[in-house]
Amino acid sequence: MLASLLIVFREVIEAGLIVGIVLAATKGVARRSLWVAYGVGGGVLGACLVAGFAGEIEQLFQGSGQELFNASILLLAVVMLTWHNVWMAGHGRQMAREMRQVGAEVAAGERTLTALSIVVGVAVLREGSEVVLFLYGIASQPGTTTASLLTGGALGLAAGAAMSALMYYGLLAIPAHKLFRVTSGLITLLAAGMAAQAVLFLQQAGYLEVLTGTVWNTSWLLAEDSLVGRLLHTLIGYSDAPNGAQLVAYGAVIVAIVLLMRWEQGRQARLKAAAAPAPVAAE
Amino acid sequence: MKLVLLTLGAVLVASSALADDAGIPLKLKNHRFTPAEIHVKANVPNLIVMSNEDATAEEFDSTSLKVEKVVAGNSSGNVRIRPLAPGRYPFMGEYHSDTAQGVVVAE
Repeated sequence: MLASLLIVFREVIEAGLIVGIVLAATKGVARRSLWVAYGVGGGVLGACLVAGFAGEIEQLFQGSGQELFNASILLLAVVMLTWHNVWMAGHGRQMAREMRQVGAEVAAGERTLTALSIVVGVAVLREGSEVVLFLYGIASQPGTTTASLLTGGALGLAAGAAMSALMYYGLLAIPAHKLFRVTSGLITLLAAGMAAQAVLFLQQAGYLEVLTGTVWNTSWLLAEDSLVGRLLHTLIGYSDAPNGAQLVAYGAVIVAIVLLMRWEQGRQARLKAAAAPAPVAAE
Repeated sequence: MKLVLLTLGAVLVASSALADDAGIPLKLKNHRFTPAEIHVKANVPNLIVMSNEDATAEEFDSTSLKVEKVVAGNSSGNVRIRPLAPGRYPFMGEYHSDTAQGVVVAE
């Protein structure tokens, strides 16, 4: 039971953390729970489909279908996270102010919820398909231990959900006016880590065979498959032995997001100045 | 910077060497790998072709090789191994890690 608990927990930890971050990043936005639920639901459905067609996906692109599929959905998540951050850079301050002043849910920001819903869906789909395959494998083998393994699996899922709650309430402890800045930072690192992971999949697919040499190895300090290593892998893209192309992708995504956020901030400020020549409200 | 250049050099040398096209066969049956020890050439990319003869899916998983690959039941999958420094790199079938264990030896 413990073994299956650990396997399932290990797989759902990533999705759990991402859901927690997304919930915190959208605090105060109307109907965000619904959108997150869409993401989770869609992800579970997708996970079952991917698990069911694992063999077929694998046969695509000369046996590199699985890697290309993983890389594609990760890159989709990177684009969505970027979009969210850039949008928030333009509207976040206004949202935070509305939240403080009115204490009510903000109607704005629903557009960016679509993006985050997709991110949640992708996270659930990726990890979920492995959980489905694992649990299906157990369930299809009759044996005395099946029930206890499935119990372990259910407990693992619950532990993943608890991780989600922990992340969410942990982030909520941050004062509201700083919350968006913190979640923007987290989302930037999340996106960079996903891009580095996508590079690894492209390399495994044989499509990106540049800078594949390991640049440094810190497994002696913190192994990536330890619990802390896994948490950091999800949150900031920690890898104990990254290769050159991964580091390039990681850095490029951070730079791109920061530049795009600055640009959008400036654009919104100019728009506001043009629309209302004498703004009174202080930022 | 020196480190980066050295890495770059190593990559160029590595990618100029051709990988074995046919691939190294690896069989999974009754949740055990045969051969459980795979010998590969160091510093060149290698290809392992894993055939899963069990009815259920298995994930070839190795943190040290940086590979995670699901192979469906009764099917086979390609596992690309990046150029390795000489050494031992353990791998496992994640769904049955009590029996499905193996190691890649680069030399």
